[in-house]
Amino acid sequence: MNKSNLISPLGLNGVLGIALVLTAFAAGFFGQADLTGEQFLAGLLGRADAATNIIVQELRLPRIALAILCGAVLGYSGALLQGLLRNPLADPGVLGVSASASLGAVITIYLGSTSAISFLVPFGAISGALIATALLVLISMRETSVLTLILAGVGISSLAAAGISLVMNFAPHPMTLQEMILWMMGSLENRTFYDLYLAVPFMAAGALCVAGAGQGLNALSLGEETARTLGVDLKRLRLRVVVGTALAVGATVAVAGAIGFVGLVVPHFVRAFIGFEPRKLLFPSALMGALVLLLADIITRLPIGSGQLRLGVVMGVIGAPVFLYIIFKTRESMR
Amino acid sequence: MTGEMTGIGAGDIAVRNLTVQYGSKRVLDGLDLTLRTGELVGLVGPNGAGKTTLLRALLGLVDVKSGEMTVGETALPSLAVKQRAKLFAYLAQGGPVHWPLSVQSVVELGRVPHNNPWQTMSDADHQHIDRAIEKTGVGGFRGRIVTSLSGGERARVMLARALAADAPYLFADEPSASLDPHYQLEMMALLHEQVDEHHGGVVVMHDLNLAQHYCDRLLVLDGGKLVADGKPEDVLTDELLESVFGIQVARWQDGAESYLVPKTLSGL
Repeated sequence: MNKSNLISPLGLNGVLGIALVLTAFAAGFFGQADLTGEQFLAGLLGRADAATNIIVQELRLPRIALAILCGAVLGYSGALLQGLLRNPLADPGVLGVSASASLGAVITIYLGSTSAISFLVPFGAISGALIATALLVLISMRETSVLTLILAGVGISSLAAAGISLVMNFAPHPMTLQEMILWMMGSLENRTFYDLYLAVPFMAAGALCVAGAGQGLNALSLGEETARTLGVDLKRLRLRVVVGTALAVGATVAVAGAIGFVGLVVPHFVRAFIGFEPRKLLFPSALMGALVLLLADIITRLPIGSGQLRLGVVMGVIGAPVFLYIIFKTRESMR
Repeated sequence: MTGEMTGIGAGDIAVRNLTVQYGSKRVLDGLDLTLRTGELVGLVGPNGAGKTTLLRALLGLVDVKSGEMTVGETALPSLAVKQRAKLFAYLAQGGPVHWPLSVQSVVELGRVPHNNPWQTMSDADHQHIDRAIEKTGVGGFRGRIVTSLSGGERARVMLARALAADAPYLFADEPSASLDPHYQLEMMALLHEQVDEHHGGVVVMHDLNLAQHYCDRLLVLDGGKLVADGKPEDVLTDELLESVFGIQVARWQDGAESYLVPKTLSGL
C-alpha cells in the first residue's frame, strides 16, 4: 500500500528465507576442515567417512543452528523493543538483560577459574538474565511509563557493568581475565547440541510470551493513550515483551556471549525495504538477524581472522558502519 | 449506514454523580449527564474545567473515585478493554504518530478493536476503512507518509482513523484547535456529518461559534461541575458566559445564524 516500499513483506520474507537456506549450506563448508558441498551433504545424511560425519553433525550443524536461532532472537527482539519503546535506538541490550547475563557468566568463570566447570558458564549467564528479568517485571508491574522502563534498563545495565568490572578486577589469574574478555566478545566456536538444548527451551518460552504482540505495537504508534482506547492492555503487553525478550536474549547471551548491533541494526535495515509498521517488521527482522549472524560467523572462520576473530567483534565492526549508513539514508523520513 | 453491532448494543451513556480526584484536587465533582447517539454534543468550559478528564473517565483512562457510568444497562468499568474500545473511538488532542507510517496504515489502526492479534482484516474492515477515507477526503494521499502531511491533512487522517472504528460514540478532544479557519469548519462539518441514529459524538472545544453552529447540545463544565446542559442558544446566555468564562460578548444575527464575539473581560 505504501508507495515508498520497495518490496512486499511477503516478498522480503521469501528472499530472506531463500538467502538464509543458501547461507546455511555455505556455512557448512567453512571451518578448520574445509568441506566440499558433496562432503557436507553426505555428512548431513551420515554417509561420509566417520570424521566428516562427526564434523558435520556434531560441530557444524549445532553451530549453524545456534547462529540462526541467536540471530533470529536478536533481530526479533530488537524489532519488538523498538516498537514497544517507540525508539529506533532500542536494542536487546536496552533492558540490561544482556549485561546481567554477561555478569552471571563472568562470575561463573571467576568461581571456576579452571575449565573444569566451564560447562556451567551458560547456566551462570541464564541465572543473571533471570535475575534481571525478575527486576524488570517488578518494575513494569507497578509502573506504566515506558521512560521508567528504559531508565531501569540503563540502571540494571550499569549495575551489571560495574559488577563485571569488579569481578575482573579481582580475577585470580591473567588467564581467567582473558577467558572472561574472550567470552564477552561473543563466539559460536566449539558449540554442541548441548548448548542448543540449553538455549531452545528459553527461546521457545520467550516466543510464546510475545506471540501476537504485533497488533499492540502497531496501536502504540499512535501513543500510549490512544493505544489504550484501541483496546490494548498496555501493562500486559509490556510485561509480555519484557519477559519474552529477556528469556530469549538471556539464552542467546548464555550460548553465544554478548553480541551487539544485530538487534539494533537489523530492524532499520528491514524498514528500508518494507516501511515502518512495527508488526510487519517482526518476522523479517528475525530472518534478517539469522542471516546476518550466520554470515558474521562464516567471516570468523575465514583465513583472514586466523581463527582468532570473535563473532561479537565482527558484528560490531560491520554493524556500526552499516548503522551509520542507514541513519544517514533514512534521516529524512525520521524527520 | 448502520453501526456494526458491538455485542453490547449502543444504548445511552448515563453518568451519575461522577467524581474524579487527582491527589486532593477534585477534577470532576458529582457530574450527572446523559449521552445518546444521534447528537453531537459540545463540551465547553474554561481551561481546567475537567472536559478532557470527563472523556478520559468514560474511556477508562483515569481512575474514578465514585459515581456510576453505564451504557444501556451495563456498567462501563465492567466491560473488557476491547469491548470499551468498540464502544468509543477517541480522537486525542494533537495525538502523536511515532513512526513515519502511510496514511493507509494509520487509518487501518482504527480497526484494531475489531480484530484479535491473529486476524487479518476482513472485507468488512476494508469497507469501513475505505468509507472513512472517502468521508474525510484523504483518498488522494493514502500512500503518503503521515509525518510529511500538513496539519490540516493530518487532522483529517486522524479523524479517518477514528471514523474507521465505526464506534457508536466518537470523542474528539479539541479537534480544531490548531487548524486554520477552513479546516476548522471542515472538521466540525465532518464531525457533524458522522452523527446519525447509530452514531453520536462528544467534542471538546473552545470556539463558541463553532460550538453553537455544529453541536446539537452543549454541556458546560466549570470547576469540575456541570453548570449547563441544553441547546446551544439556551445555554450560551450572557449570564453564563459572564459567570463561567468571565467575559462579555457582542452578538449579531446573520440570517438565521447568530454569532458572538468576546468583547471585554467582566468587571473591567
